[in-house]
Amino acid sequence: MTNRAELTRRDIMKSGAAAATVTLASGVTLMAFGGTAAEASGRADSGKRWGLLIDASKCSPDCNDCVTACKTENGWGQDIESDHISSEQAPEWIRKVTLRDKSTGRTTSAPVMCQHCEEPPCVDVCPTGASMKRADGIVLVDKHICIGCRYCMMACPYKARSFVHEPITDQPEQNPRGKGTVESCNLCAPRIDSGRIPACVEACEKAGHSAILFGDLKDPDSPISKALKQYPNAALREDLELNPGVRYTNL
Amino acid sequence: MAMEQTIYRELKATPGVWQMAALLLAFLAAAAGAWFYMEHHGHAVTGMDNQIVWGLPHVFAIFLIVAASGALNVASIASVFGQTAYKPMARFSSLLAITLLVGGLAIVVLDLGRADRLIVAMTTYNFSSIFAWNVLLYNGFIAVVAVYLVMQMMRRLDYKWVRLAGLVAFLWRLALTTGTGSIFGWLVARPGYDAAIMAPLFIVMSFSFGLAMFILVTLALFKLNNRPFGDQLLVRMGRLLGIFAAAVLYFTVVQHLTNLYAAEHGGVERFILLEGGIYTLLFWGVQVIVGGLIPIALVFLNPSRSSTILAAILVVIGGFAQVYVIVIGGQAYPLEIFPGYEVLEGWHEGVVNPYTPSIWELMLGLGGVALALFAAGVGAKVLRVLPTNLSDSNVAAKG
Repeated sequence: MTNRAELTRRDIMKSGAAAATVTLASGVTLMAFGGTAAEASGRADSGKRWGLLIDASKCSPDCNDCVTACKTENGWGQDIESDHISSEQAPEWIRKVTLRDKSTGRTTSAPVMCQHCEEPPCVDVCPTGASMKRADGIVLVDKHICIGCRYCMMACPYKARSFVHEPITDQPEQNPRGKGTVESCNLCAPRIDSGRIPACVEACEKAGHSAILFGDLKDPDSPISKALKQYPNAALREDLELNPGVRYTNL
Repeated sequence: MAMEQTIYRELKATPGVWQMAALLLAFLAAAAGAWFYMEHHGHAVTGMDNQIVWGLPHVFAIFLIVAASGALNVASIASVFGQTAYKPMARFSSLLAITLLVGGLAIVVLDLGRADRLIVAMTTYNFSSIFAWNVLLYNGFIAVVAVYLVMQMMRRLDYKWVRLAGLVAFLWRLALTTGTGSIFGWLVARPGYDAAIMAPLFIVMSFSFGLAMFILVTLALFKLNNRPFGDQLLVRMGRLLGIFAAAVLYFTVVQHLTNLYAAEHGGVERFILLEGGIYTLLFWGVQVIVGGLIPIALVFLNPSRSSTILAAILVVIGGFAQVYVIVIGGQAYPLEIFPGYEVLEGWHEGVVNPYTPSIWELMLGLGGVALALFAAGVGAKVLRVLPTNLSDSNVAAKG
């Protein structure tokens, strides 16, 4: 399913999503679908674990296409939003960092987003379970039960999460955001669920860099698994043993 | 157990009491206004951001929550440890413990991004979260201490039941403060936290801050109603406060020595102890000297009524600074995400995160304090929790 507006009644039945229809008055119908976090997670395939391999040597320091694509896809960081608030208060789902090796002076550049840990501290600390990990390894926030306590932001070692600091309008249907809740990269779960690749990966390919490889870490024959086997790679903050699903090579 | 001769009476509504109530209500109204403003505009109008996610309201809240469990000390000393001199104050100690906790929790709840979803926090639990456990520990504390208070007020009840309730409340408060300390102690990502000593440190902090708050609030209410409070009793409580303040210093020393020994924590220690600007000043100047060494010197070198009161005030100020350094200082120090690299471009990477609290956060925090004090006053007004006479001769006669 791609766009809720295109859904037919039959699609909803087929999708298995919890759907409830309430007739408020003649001609006024309230429809709710999506259901609980457990149901949403149930649609994820536990036989897979989605991950990214980021090749810093292919990433151009001047290119910001992955960030732009994420903003467009998920509806954050529009100018109108950024005008009102300080840069520290602005949303940040994915960011580009440029690093210089202190000993060698070599500079590299790479995107940093939610690292989709196997042992996510943000999920451990969340009091309500809004911060959750799907069966396919994607870590995301259920915005229906996030109370905005921000404990997950205290717990995340990667500064991958941001808090919606002010009211927002015109949100994309596939990614409703809400003032007072925490948000972060969800690996474009709605796209993955419909068989597409994350927006940042697609944008990086289009830009001709192909620095981000997306795939199933559990499938030994997937390109990402083969690449991980072939080249040395690292996770950020490896010492914490969180086993992130996002790996870096040539950093 | 000897018959209890202490006479408890409701607070009399003197003009002073009304004035105090009006003042506290003004603070509550200001806090309500600040909250509506923040709720309407979002946290954009606060000093908080994506780097300093817990700001001044959390400092107030954690101070009050820590002090709440400590305010119960006086009752515990009477019921659990059998010190009869403290028994007449046990009822108010229980009441103040509840109201301080309520004040602190009110701030936490109103500072949530979605305060309207409190019901979600109360009904949806993730039991691997210490926050979720704390929701149960805090609610349970209010219930357990309320039962304990009621049992203390049932004159015909055999005292062994009060003692039992007091023991349960004492153990519960230890669990509660362990939970509060573990909010920070279990954060592996941040070098300023991630330490097992956080839980016991918070417990000794609660002993100290809670007793100081109890002394100040009780004396204020006694003064408003012209009830006598003996010098000897006060000096005795001051000595205990001095011991607690020394214990806080001891745990603080161990906390920092342990961190200094580990090379990986060298950076955050240098930040707090030497180069952290406001945090270094608050640590040495306010927490250690004003809130630790001076009150200890006051109560042991010059024990008197006035020095005890001053010591209690300084312990509160120092305690507030200590919580500020822990909560804000711990977040201001940058996360080390790329060890061995210098970050040329990024999202506030590797730099100290600035924080300037807004007036709204200050108003909300002060509102929590006002709520705690107002509720304690109302409780003392409608319940027989405050003794009429705590003069030394009266206390000695029953001792």
